[in-house]
Amino acid sequence: MSLEIIGITVLWLFLYGYLIVASIDFGAGFFAYYARVSKKEHIMSKLISRYLSPVWEVTNVFFVFFFVGLVGFFPDTAYYYGTALLLPGSVAIILIAIRGSFYAFGNYGSKDSTLYLFLYGATGLLIPASLSTALTISEGGYLREDENGVTFLAGELFTSPYSWSVVFLAIVSVLYISASFLTYYADRAEDYDSRAIMRKFALFWGAPTIIASLMVFAGLRSHNGEHFERALDLWWMFGLSLVFFLIAGYLIFKKKNYGTAFLMVMLQFFFAFFGYGASHLPYILYPFITVEGSVVNETMGIALVTVFILGLCLLIPSLYLLMRLFLFDADYVKGKK
Amino acid sequence: MELDGVMLSRLLTASTLIFHVIFATIGVGIPVMIAIAEFIGLKKNDPHYLLLARRWARGFTITVAVGVVTGTAIGLQLSLLWPSFMQVAGQVIALPLFMETFAFFFEAIFLGIYLYTWDRFKNRWLHWLLNIPIVIGASLSAFFITTVNAFMNTPQGFDIIDGETVNISPLAAMFNPATPTKVFHVITSSYMTSALILAAITAFIILAKKGTDYHKKALRLTMTAALIFSAGTALAGDLSAKFLAKEQPEKLAAAEWHFETESNADLILFGTIDENNEISNEIRIPGMLSFLAGNSFDTEVIGLNEFPEEERPPLWVHYMFDMMVGIGMYSLFIAGLFVMFMFIKRFNELNKLLLMGIVASGPLAMLAIEFGWIYAEVGRQPWILRGIMTVDEAATTSGSVGIAFGLFLALYAVLGFFCVKVLLRMFKNRPPEAELEKRFPGGSL
Repeated sequence: MSLEIIGITVLWLFLYGYLIVASIDFGAGFFAYYARVSKKEHIMSKLISRYLSPVWEVTNVFFVFFFVGLVGFFPDTAYYYGTALLLPGSVAIILIAIRGSFYAFGNYGSKDSTLYLFLYGATGLLIPASLSTALTISEGGYLREDENGVTFLAGELFTSPYSWSVVFLAIVSVLYISASFLTYYADRAEDYDSRAIMRKFALFWGAPTIIASLMVFAGLRSHNGEHFERALDLWWMFGLSLVFFLIAGYLIFKKKNYGTAFLMVMLQFFFAFFGYGASHLPYILYPFITVEGSVVNETMGIALVTVFILGLCLLIPSLYLLMRLFLFDADYVKGKK
Repeated sequence: MELDGVMLSRLLTASTLIFHVIFATIGVGIPVMIAIAEFIGLKKNDPHYLLLARRWARGFTITVAVGVVTGTAIGLQLSLLWPSFMQVAGQVIALPLFMETFAFFFEAIFLGIYLYTWDRFKNRWLHWLLNIPIVIGASLSAFFITTVNAFMNTPQGFDIIDGETVNISPLAAMFNPATPTKVFHVITSSYMTSALILAAITAFIILAKKGTDYHKKALRLTMTAALIFSAGTALAGDLSAKFLAKEQPEKLAAAEWHFETESNADLILFGTIDENNEISNEIRIPGMLSFLAGNSFDTEVIGLNEFPEEERPPLWVHYMFDMMVGIGMYSLFIAGLFVMFMFIKRFNELNKLLLMGIVASGPLAMLAIEFGWIYAEVGRQPWILRGIMTVDEAATTSGSVGIAFGLFLALYAVLGFFCVKVLLRMFKNRPPEAELEKRFPGGSL
């Protein structure tokens, strides 16, 4: 495998990791807020905070890892995306900053503040919306390069149906992934009231994710036909994604094997996400940056891959410890520890 | 000062760094203090120290959160505001940036575990062990990021031939001449400042007549640590000056208003300078600058006149430098005085004047960190990558920097306000004695 493919695969894996853990986190924020305003807080909030408290920082690191790695492996992305994304990027940073801090303020400081919880819940939906615009921009058509440098065509982005279909997909996916996970977590915690609520959400948000995906495909066809063709070549990946979606939906509907169901949801998104990513290649940013054209020099590339492998040797046992202590420790999940 | 894109990019980066460095400093230093307190508590079976670790850790979670999010901001802003710099620097210095995320990841995982497992292990030492990855992760983060900053001052590990970056050596870039002294200085000063901030809070409570044995122990611990760390900081500062004299003489010369290359050069403290570079109202210590630069009055110190005018840093960094050094000296003095009073029975280390001095030392130390970083960054001007790329060449061409600047200023104001508010609320009306009785009834572990 060539260096650039290793690089982009590693980065894509981390972005996938972020997609899953951040969706759980973002959605949980929304559900926590929902629980308070609908007076169901006594049921759900404990469950949500027991999961989130120990892991919220880890979520953020997945994201930092992705963009630092992207600039490291493909320095040209810094130039194009950096210039183009100043405003949307700043908005995303500010939302992430508000979310992270107010989570801590609310959780460790004043638990009863509805304002903190509102900020935490609302940003959970706005962040995926704003981050997804980076993927939209990568399809081309929203940047212009001339002798004055790179300009971001904000008007084009805001009036593009493709762009809005991606935003829609991002938001419903967050709610769907999060609800499926929390159903499973509630089940482990033997918290049957919460499980019933979360199960309804998981079932409710399933169909919109598929509808939104189809809308994105339709939008892509008219926006970037080349990419659409390459995606069709990888039809089996999207087919597998659909199969896993159906299995997950069936299991949740039949009220059994919630753990397996969540695994199916993860696989559903894994195949869709990698199908999308693979068909996106060779472009990182159409038509300006390709993986071959922008990859970092070989020395640095090898150094980064080496560090990555060493880093994983350190992180995987640590993450395992974290999950064993909090996620898979039945007593902890049930609130006995 | 013209408010063009470059200036706005600089202002935005500066405001992010000025805000972030408060939390970064605390983030590097407080874990060490927590680890020490928990260690003593377990060793002596003293619930006071265990509670100390616990309460410090509780406040720490709030500052960590702000540190994490502002760190994310500066990480992204490097690419958003300085795209051309990152495009070039990414080829050479991406490695430590990448490693920093690993160090931080490592720290975040164990901090998450640490905060939620106080009473979960039968053997309390197992919980103490969790401090180790946290302290290592935090200090390694500081190390990696500081190597990047060092690289901006003394770039090496590559050649530029016909505009192409070639012969790249990531390790040489990381371990550039500025790295050892800079890392040493950043880490010791973070430890020192964190110890002094905790000491200042404790001294304030004792002055307000709410102090108990718990607070006396806390003050002795934090001030002893502060003495050790401020001595380390002074040593690191001295080595940094010697490094500058040798490798980056224009930065030292600007800080010292030193124009003519000469031996037996005078050290100038404070004073004013006019447009003809005439210095007045200063305190002059004969030969001292040469001595600082090379441990001998005969050391030749290179002056600013050796450099073309457009490549000289602004002369106002002199005040930043003097204030940083002045506060550093004050910290060493006050910590030394306290520890001396502690050991000499006749003296009362809790006398009012000394306590007031300690209360001042916390915020002052944090100011010194700010002054030091302003000196480090402005003293490198006009370069972003010394000798290779100026800040003007590196800045974004986007027209939206002004709006972003406004948005971020508002963000930092909001975060700062709520951070203080939440911290005050967290400890107000929750005296340690009540918590002590609740957690360790009758003083038993």
